[in-house]
Amino acid sequence: MIKLDGVTGVYPDGTEAVKEVSFEVEEGELCVLLGPSGCGKTTTMKMINRLIPITEGKIYIDGRDNTEIDENELRRNIGYAIQEIGLFPHMTVSQNIETVPVLKGWPKAERKKRAEELLELVGMDSGEYIDKYPSELSGGQRQRVGVARALGADPPILLMDEPFGAIDPITRVRLQDEFLKIQQEIKKTIIFVTHDIYEAIKMGDKVALMNEGQLVQYDTPANLLYRPKNEFVENFVGADRALKGLQLIRVKDVMNSSPPTVKADEKAEAAKERMEREGIDWLVVVNDDGKFLGWANQAELGRGETVREVMSPPAMTATVNTVLNEALSLMLSSRLNTLAVVTRYNRLVGVLSFDAIQKALSEIAQRGESE
Amino acid sequence: MLGAWQYLINHPEKLAGWTLDHLQITFVACGIAVILGVALGVYITGKGKEHIADAVLYLAEIMMTIPSLALFGLLMVLLSSLGLKSIGFLPAIIALVIYAQLPILRNTYTAIREVDPAMIEAGKGMGMSERQLLLKVKLPLAVPVIMAGLRTAIVLTIAIATIAALIGSGGLGVPIVRGLRNARMDLIIVGGVSVAILGLLTDALMSRVERWVTPKGLKRR
Repeated sequence: MIKLDGVTGVYPDGTEAVKEVSFEVEEGELCVLLGPSGCGKTTTMKMINRLIPITEGKIYIDGRDNTEIDENELRRNIGYAIQEIGLFPHMTVSQNIETVPVLKGWPKAERKKRAEELLELVGMDSGEYIDKYPSELSGGQRQRVGVARALGADPPILLMDEPFGAIDPITRVRLQDEFLKIQQEIKKTIIFVTHDIYEAIKMGDKVALMNEGQLVQYDTPANLLYRPKNEFVENFVGADRALKGLQLIRVKDVMNSSPPTVKADEKAEAAKERMEREGIDWLVVVNDDGKFLGWANQAELGRGETVREVMSPPAMTATVNTVLNEALSLMLSSRLNTLAVVTRYNRLVGVLSFDAIQKALSEIAQRGESE
Repeated sequence: MLGAWQYLINHPEKLAGWTLDHLQITFVACGIAVILGVALGVYITGKGKEHIADAVLYLAEIMMTIPSLALFGLLMVLLSSLGLKSIGFLPAIIALVIYAQLPILRNTYTAIREVDPAMIEAGKGMGMSERQLLLKVKLPLAVPVIMAGLRTAIVLTIAIATIAALIGSGGLGVPIVRGLRNARMDLIIVGGVSVAILGLLTDALMSRVERWVTPKGLKRR
C-alpha cells in the first residue's frame, strides 16, 4: 500500500511542482496519475522512490515513512520502468533485466532463471532474445524488456512513467492489453503515469487527475467520466465521454456467447432455409473443431452447394478482453456489423454485434445523466 | 634519400634502439596520463565540483598552449632547483604526461557529463549507488569517447617525444637532432620518416583497440 499525505514538492528554483497531494493506493491496485504536461504527475511519482526529494508531507510505503528507508534499498524494492530509452545500450537484454537482482546480490543461476521467466512473461522468446542488445530490438520489444526489467527482483510496487509512450498506436494497444493480463497474474501495486485519458481509463483501477500541482479528482475511471468533480475534469475528460466510456467495457461483458453457427460442410440450401425460418441474416461458419472460418449471409447462400463455397472470409476478430471502443473500430474497418470473438487459437467463443455496442453506449449515457 | 637507406642497411640496430626508446617514453607517459586523466576527469564530474572542473580544464588548456620546447626548458630549471635530475628520462616523461593529459581529461569529462540523463535516472531509480552508477553505467558508456581521447594523446606524444631528444631522453629525435647539428641529411630523414611511420602505425593500431574495448551494444553495425 502506498499512502501520500499532504505531499508538497518544491524545486530548488522555487517552483511548487506538487501541492499538498494526498491519496492512497491499495495493494494490488493500478493507480494512474493523469494530467496535462507540467501538472506534477511525474514529480509525484518520483517522490515515491525519492528521485525527487519531498519538501513537505509524508509518503508511506506499507506504513513506513519512505524517508526513513535507505534510498538505494527503497529503490531496489520498487520496480521502475521509464520510456524505452531507459534500457542500458551497453548491456544485453538479460543483463538489463538482471540489474536489480545483481544489486541485491542474487546468485547467478537464480538471476538467469528469473530473466528467462520474465522475458517469457512479457511475451518474448527467451532463447532468441536473451543475449541481444537493445539496439537489435524493435521499439515494442524494448518496451517489453523495460517492463521485464522493472519486475526484475519481483518488487511489490511498480512505478511506470509513460511506459508505452514512445511506440506506435497498434503496438501500444497490444502492450496495454498484455500488461493488464500480466497484472491480473502478478497483482502488483502500480503507479502509472500518463497524459493519455484513453490509456488512463483503460488501465486504471483508480485515476488521480492532477492539474497545476494539485490533485483534482481521485476516483475510479467510471466516476471520473460520469461524476466529474468540476469543470476542469469535465473538460479534460472531454465531450465524447460516452465514447470514452466504451473503454470501460470489454467484449466479454456484452457479446452473444451462443451465436447461431453453421458447419462449413453443410448444404448451403439447408442453411438458407434455417435462416429464413429463424429470421436471421447471418450465420458464423466454423469447422468441426469450433474454429472460426467466416460468415455466411442469406443473399450469398443461394449460389453454392456447400456453405464453404459461398461464405465470406473471416476479416477482423476480437478477443474477450478487447475493450469496446477498439472492438468498434475493428468492426468499422471490417465493414461488417458483427465481429467474431475468438480465443488465441481462433476458436469461436461468441459474436459481438453493433446493436450490443449501441445498447452499451445508451446505458452508459443514461448512467451519466442519472448521476 | 639514398644516404638514409644506406645508413639503415649499415646500422639497423641503431634505428631499432631509437624506436624502442621512443615507444618506451610514449607508453610510460601515456600510461601515467591515462590513469591521471581518467581519474581526474571522473573526479571533476562529481556533484558540486563544477568550479574545480572549470579551473582544471582551463589550466590544462593553458598548458597545451606552452610550446613544448619552452616547457622542456622550464622543467629543467624547475627540476634542477628541486635538486632532481634535470635532463633525460624524467623531465621528458613529466612534460609528455602534461601534454597527453588534456585530450584524455577533456574527453573523459565530456563523455561522462554527456551520458544520457535517462540512463542515469534509470540507474538511480533502480537503486544504484553513485559508485555503481559510475562503474556500471557512466564509464562503460563513456569508453568510446575516452578511447578517442587516448588515441589523440598517443599520437600527440609520439610527435612531441621527438623534441624530448633535445633534453637527452633518447628516441627517434636523436638522429634528427644529430643530423641537424652535423648537416647529415641521411640522419634527419631516417628520424623524420620513422617518426611519421610510427605515428601512422600506432594510430591504426589504436583504432583497432578502440573498437575492441567499446562495449558490444554500443558498436555501430
